[in-house]
Amino acid sequence: MKTRTTQWLLLLAAVLGQGLAQAEEPPAHALKLYNLYCVQCHGVNRDGNGINSRDMAVKPRDHTDSKAMGDTPDDVLFKAIKGGGLAVGKSVLMPKWEGVINDDEIKEMVAYLRFVSKTTSK
Amino acid sequence: MKLKTNLLAGALVLSAVSTVAHAGAGADIVQNQCVACHAVAKPGTGDLDRLLTRKGPDLYYAGVKFNKDWLVAWLQNPTTLRQGGVLYARAVKPAPGGADTIDASLVPPHLKLSAEDAVAVADVLMGYGVNDGLVEKGAFKQAPPNAMAALLFNKLRGCASCHSGKPGAGGASGPELYTSGARLQADFVVEYIRNPQKFDPHVWMPKLDLNEADVQKLAGYLQTLKTGGAK
Repeated sequence: MKTRTTQWLLLLAAVLGQGLAQAEEPPAHALKLYNLYCVQCHGVNRDGNGINSRDMAVKPRDHTDSKAMGDTPDDVLFKAIKGGGLAVGKSVLMPKWEGVINDDEIKEMVAYLRFVSKTTSK
Repeated sequence: MKLKTNLLAGALVLSAVSTVAHAGAGADIVQNQCVACHAVAKPGTGDLDRLLTRKGPDLYYAGVKFNKDWLVAWLQNPTTLRQGGVLYARAVKPAPGGADTIDASLVPPHLKLSAEDAVAVADVLMGYGVNDGLVEKGAFKQAPPNAMAALLFNKLRGCASCHSGKPGAGGASGPELYTSGARLQADFVVEYIRNPQKFDPHVWMPKLDLNEADVQKLAGYLQTLKTGGAK
């Protein structure tokens, strides 16, 4: 019994450890994708202040906003990236990225957004 | 590769025969200077890293993209078409309390050619991509200017978020389009809007799958934009 508990604790520690490792350093590919596709509007600081944001009628989402990002479920983030703002009842100025990045890459982006916003999957 | 061999052969013939034949001189300039930054043949690997490391826009389809008169003028007096250079992402920097800006020191100027060399190089460039089937002749249906088009460009389809339709306004991650009427062939504009990644794999312009009527209206609108730029 005791051994079993220890095993569980070890497993839990391993999972947490992995989670922490990920939290410290996002995957290079996700970073590359964000820096190429998202930074143009969401900004170098990921706060919605991209080079294009100056004249935009609707300000791009601040990805560092833990409250707003924390309230947004993974599937909504996925849909917004894949189908654009219109797919989730938001601005047309967020374009759809389907056809440029694939579903796996969109999932990478969702995970990366969790890292940037310091939120957890929902 | 075949193109390269041909160009090389052309350059060799040129040096052997005379320096009068100017098409050969153009090929020479392309091979000695342009290719240092631009791909003049379709790149073998269209992977993400190539897009991230290339030094200039691809020219392998220049013949179906540019208007020759514009090209000749621009090569003599190059203006900034892309504020952030070939890859805006390399040149953006955060600005306190506002939108990111471009670090202009990271955007090298384009070299200037003499009038004679500009014509010779344009002659060579205008031969690129014409038989590759990338752009269908007549893709642009010559739609008359449409009142909705400016609205599509500026608001409804979001083009102006990344492109500048008039100097000093609009986005900066895409090339300026206020000279696009003079610069770009309408058939190319139609095909590029339909599928940017067909020309530039992984490029950061979204593939919006606009309906055909919108594509035609936008291409027609861009043909009307001819503010400033190289003349």
